[in-house]
Amino acid sequence: MNKKERLVAAIENGTVIDHIPTDKTYQVASLLGLFTLKTPVTIGFNYPSKKVGSKGIIKVSDKFFTDDEVSRLSVVAPNVILSIIRDYEVVEKRSVVTPSEIKGIVKCNNPKCITNNEPMKTHFHVENGVLTCHYCEKEQDINKVELC
Amino acid sequence: MKKHNFVTIADLTREKILYMIEMAQEFEKHPNRELLKGKVVATLFFEPSTRTRLSFETAANRLGARVIGFADPKITSGTKGETLKDTILMVSNYADVIVMRHYIEGAAQYASEVAPVPIVNAGDGAHQHPSQCMLDLYSIYKTQGTLENLNIYLVGDLKYGRTVHSLIMAMRHFNPTFHFVAPKELAMPKEYKIYCDEHGIKYQEHTAFNEKVIADADILYMTRVQKERFSDLMEYERVKNVYVLNNDLLKNAKPNMKILHPLPRVNEIAYEVDDNPHAYYIQQAGNGLFAREAIFCDVLGITLDEVKNDKTIIH
Repeated sequence: MNKKERLVAAIENGTVIDHIPTDKTYQVASLLGLFTLKTPVTIGFNYPSKKVGSKGIIKVSDKFFTDDEVSRLSVVAPNVILSIIRDYEVVEKRSVVTPSEIKGIVKCNNPKCITNNEPMKTHFHVENGVLTCHYCEKEQDINKVELC
Repeated sequence: MKKHNFVTIADLTREKILYMIEMAQEFEKHPNRELLKGKVVATLFFEPSTRTRLSFETAANRLGARVIGFADPKITSGTKGETLKDTILMVSNYADVIVMRHYIEGAAQYASEVAPVPIVNAGDGAHQHPSQCMLDLYSIYKTQGTLENLNIYLVGDLKYGRTVHSLIMAMRHFNPTFHFVAPKELAMPKEYKIYCDEHGIKYQEHTAFNEKVIADADILYMTRVQKERFSDLMEYERVKNVYVLNNDLLKNAKPNMKILHPLPRVNEIAYEVDDNPHAYYIQQAGNGLFAREAIFCDVLGITLDEVKNDKTIIH
């Protein structure tokens, strides 16, 4: 992309998260813990997108995410692309890999589950887009989850 | 040594189930021993269940353990807002094993993750009741001489009845043929039929309950049809007397057929059936003692060999 078309100011080093569905932008920022960072973060949304209609973009300076951090996005925005920027150049593009287990991100939809009645982290096993609660074994669709 | 728990029936292997049955047989031969002498067993009943609690406490007492605990959740700190974790950790200071009954699903699994001592699940809400399943398996084995290739009829409330769900999972190793006999409102949930398909378990569904339907049963597993499960009370009134077993229905039964029921029964088995040679539900509950003695020994690291060579038997 040449500089004239750039939607948000370029960063020297860091991560650009693109193709976020607009309404998920703040959830993505929250899941990645961006509000606790000290480095500059640019959050934009309502950009036109062929893929998702209307998209959000987040640019995070001087921050490179671990696989574990990126995998948290699998429940809200599985199709985002992370570009790793070094010296203004994209050196790597990463996509979200859905993990086999998700801890502490998604709420169990069973009100009688122990995770909704005790101060503790939730824990799900993930298979074919279905989350199964480690404790009460109730299943839910990965696209219909509620975050903790 | 890795801590043993007894929380779910779903992950027990075929070998482990047969091992537990063999151990229960040893306890049936000699129920009174001192294998757990000096041990303290805690029974924490966050939801009342007199039958299950008495069975566990009898098993502990007959093995020489001492028992602490509570039978009524109203007297515990849970009502003061204490977390389950704190209660479990506190009791772990005192007891060598914790038996717990809770109305919250997954409570036993969570307790087993935080407790330094073994946890035995005595029922967690609508989720699991593995010791009931163990005594059901033992009763089936004892009356049929095998768990293999049996025709098992599950009758009544197949939607909410956790005992029938656990039984399907545990029997998957033994090539059963299940027959689900229930009114439409209480039919076997789809997830368990998918489970059967995935594990190659044969099953048929029936809404009629008559002597022809059950004629080739080896096991007739009755459950209670509860009024509070129905959203439509007209429907309840229509079916409440359909799934009732009486002597007339047993005329064509196979000689080896036995009737099981997790109890308490209300009207789903007529009292006249109690004297029928096919009736087995009272003895079934008695088998709970031997199954639970085996469960205690297993979670405390006492092996089948040690049980067989036990020198603490009280004659």
